[in-house]
Amino acid sequence: MKARVTVTLKNGVLDPQGKAIEGALKSLAIEGVASVRQGKVFDLDLTTGDKAKAEAVLKEACEKLLANTVIENYRIEVA
Amino acid sequence: MKSAVLLFPGLNREGDVARALAQASGQKPTIVWHAEHELPSGTDVVVVPGGFSYGDYLRCGAIAARANIMDAVRTHAARGGIVLGICNGFQILCESGLLPGVLMRNRDLKFICKMQHLRVERADSVFTHRYKQGQTIKVCIAHGEGNYVADEATIASLEAEGLVAFRYADENGKIDDAANPNGSINNIAGIYSPNRRVLGMMPHPEDLIDSLVGGTDGCGLFESLANFQKLAA
Repeated sequence: MKARVTVTLKNGVLDPQGKAIEGALKSLAIEGVASVRQGKVFDLDLTTGDKAKAEAVLKEACEKLLANTVIENYRIEVA
Repeated sequence: MKSAVLLFPGLNREGDVARALAQASGQKPTIVWHAEHELPSGTDVVVVPGGFSYGDYLRCGAIAARANIMDAVRTHAARGGIVLGICNGFQILCESGLLPGVLMRNRDLKFICKMQHLRVERADSVFTHRYKQGQTIKVCIAHGEGNYVADEATIASLEAEGLVAFRYADENGKIDDAANPNGSINNIAGIYSPNRRVLGMMPHPEDLIDSLVGGTDGCGLFESLANFQKLAA
């Protein structure tokens, strides 16, 4: 079973990398982008076929390692 | 003082820290590999040095913070043991939950490597009793992620409980935005745990222990540690 975890910075946390990307888009004259926040995507192959079990494993993985919940939010999607 | 210096793949400051500890205490520290489950018995001080553990993959310090040896460090800290994290070591202590907050990318995105003054916020801890309160010391910084961030409540409690160890200052000890190299909230360069036995700091005192190479303002920290038993509880 495949899953995707998306980790993003919480609102209000300064994101200098996002700001730099935002500036680069402006310098490319790409119009219409108001702001950029950057994050991380993890694609995981799971050994279980059980959706509830998969979500429990992924939640633990996020809480313990994939996200720093002081500054980051995470979203779990199980295919 | 019996000290242990932790070693993770990618750290590169363990030799300098070991030298600073040996110079101050006359006793060589034990280098402890991250896969170990226990610290050498009788360890008084654990140092997590700087560098780039695991290539800074995922987040700085994130993977090292989950290593076997960190459980032993948490146990050591929980029974009042002394722990010092420098630079990547500070990031590792934050990621391991021993200290609050997080070190984010520097505000101007640059890796900063320069001499830096700090103000010693209190001189009554096992790390700082050889300094004077409010003293300005000259050490150095070398980091890309040193921008200390925590939520408002955490910052308020660090300030209210006197847990800020060092602040970035100018050479006269003035604390302002011009003296802040990386955007850290309230110019915070280092923080203590509530019992002030765990210290995390971004600057490198271990680089300033010899007048041949820039100064000796870092000696006070290691001499404080070497004489930690002389500090009245």
